[in-house]
Amino acid sequence: MKNKAKYLAYPYIVWMAIFIVIPLLLVLIYSLTAGNVNDPSSLSFSVESYTRVFDVMYLKVIWKSFKLAIISTVFCLVLGYPVALIISNVKAKYKSILLMFFLVPIWMNFLLRTYAWMAILSPNGFLNRVLSLLGLPTLSIMPGQTAVVLGMIYNFLPFMVLPIYTSLSKINRNVLEAAMDLGANNFITFLKVILPLTVPGIISGITMVFMPAVSTFVISQLLGGGKELLIGNLIEQQFTVQRDWHFGSALSIILMIMILISMAVMSKVDNDNGNGGAPTW
Amino acid sequence: MVSKKIIELKNVTKRYNGVVAVNNISLYIRENEFITLLGPSGCGKTTTLRMIGGFEDPDEGDILFDGARINDVPPYKRNINTVFQRYALFTHMDVYENIAFGLRIKKVPKDEMDRRIKRMLKLVDLEGFEHRHVDSLSGGQQQRVAIARALVNEPKVLLLDEPLGALDLKLRKEMQIELMDMQKNVGITFIYVTHDQEEALTMSDTVVVMNKGVIQQIGTPVDIYNEPQNRFVADFIGESNIIEGIMHEDYLVEFSGRKFKCVDKGFNHMEEVDIVIRPEDIDITEPEKGLIQGVVTSVVFKGVHYEMLVEGGGFEYMIQSTDMQPVGANVGLTFNPEDIHVMKRGS
Repeated sequence: MKNKAKYLAYPYIVWMAIFIVIPLLLVLIYSLTAGNVNDPSSLSFSVESYTRVFDVMYLKVIWKSFKLAIISTVFCLVLGYPVALIISNVKAKYKSILLMFFLVPIWMNFLLRTYAWMAILSPNGFLNRVLSLLGLPTLSIMPGQTAVVLGMIYNFLPFMVLPIYTSLSKINRNVLEAAMDLGANNFITFLKVILPLTVPGIISGITMVFMPAVSTFVISQLLGGGKELLIGNLIEQQFTVQRDWHFGSALSIILMIMILISMAVMSKVDNDNGNGGAPTW
Repeated sequence: MVSKKIIELKNVTKRYNGVVAVNNISLYIRENEFITLLGPSGCGKTTTLRMIGGFEDPDEGDILFDGARINDVPPYKRNINTVFQRYALFTHMDVYENIAFGLRIKKVPKDEMDRRIKRMLKLVDLEGFEHRHVDSLSGGQQQRVAIARALVNEPKVLLLDEPLGALDLKLRKEMQIELMDMQKNVGITFIYVTHDQEEALTMSDTVVVMNKGVIQQIGTPVDIYNEPQNRFVADFIGESNIIEGIMHEDYLVEFSGRKFKCVDKGFNHMEEVDIVIRPEDIDITEPEKGLIQGVVTSVVFKGVHYEMLVEGGGFEYMIQSTDMQPVGANVGLTFNPEDIHVMKRGS
């Protein structure tokens, strides 16, 4: 890169400063102050917003958010890995078609997709009507945690499949043949060669599913029927209903720190495997 | 050299989407032999090797190992190991783990594994590299890890698919010698694939020349070079003057407008033949002393010798000689009867 090219980065730097750095600083300032947000002179330093987070009620919400996000991530991994494996193994001409099936949902509006799930899972929804037509007992999974997890899995599965597929397709056929040549059957080849070589893809997949899952408020609101309060909903309420920007900011900062810690742990795992390729957060 | 046949191919044919890659070849390989499959790219040599390794199934014919048919035996159950074209090392493992891969699967005890890996590292001259990451090694070092990884399993047969193709000339020459030494030291059958005729002649006990999926000739390097069976082999192996001629009778052949004594026999009276004379076998003399008279049309300095083209007798002869004659000089060409090699006219 010769020096002139760096000017091309300036618009983005300005953009970042205005829309990312400054708002983040404001959130940090609000989280560490008390008073009327509309009157800057009334603001004074306070850590009260942070101490409030350690209320059992709020800790339970945070715990539930992480629990549902982890469950969704695990399901996405368990469902997504075989899918990625299958796509990477089919003939080239079917590959793009198959891949598209898994990516089409991303092209549709996120809200629309979640509303569709409401229509399927609601008490008088599609699923229950089919079940009653067949004379089977109906299910009451919505509103509830199951519905929220289903919504998360559906919405975020493509983000697990894609990076794993990418790292699978980077593996040279020769390497798999070498493993077979040295006495490894298909199972051992998978365990000792394919799986370790796709760790970077798994890490990116987990990152890309876990982060939006832990901070979502739309899925929990629509499919949880307002009863399944997650940290995302809590933050949203502080800004829209409670008008307590200080507490909302503190919750946001804490969520951010927890995500950063999770990512640091993940990238540590990745580095221990001695293979680059995954984004370093 | 009367050891038993370890691998035998019987009328083996392989097609890809209807296109024939290997066409009805039969071939046997003896124990402890260094055999090379030689030919231009697309000649079917790699396909043949992959069928022996078990990575491709022949469409027709049988592959025998120690007398038993192995067509349906998967690669991981064959007592054969392969050194792949691009090494195919496991990039998520260090040198030690790469070499240990096969031994771990066979559940070789730890102390024996250590001993065998140490011996291999010594053999390929990589002692002290146990815990280096394979990405940090040079091409030649990666190559030697790939060889060690295959050899440590003590296979009966080692397949090598253009293993030196990615190396520079100097390293390639060194590795050629190293591979030959290794083969002699460990006493394993080597089946080697290359498109480099010089490499094939240097290293092999036996050379199998292939073209378009068909075996053109099987023989020792000396046979292949001195007694090519057809125009393709003569052209592919080394530089050749290939001249059309007519065989008058045993030991008498006509080309370039006159008759020559030769050492070949067994052709029909007045049969049309191809004649090979190697460029280094032709000497340049005074015009009147030559068997053929001609004019030098081009001179190129090649380091060890000059390469000259001489037009005469209705043909452009290539001559490699240390005696340089300038372009335009009138010269005579001489060669001995045994330098003339007569071949059947191919299709």
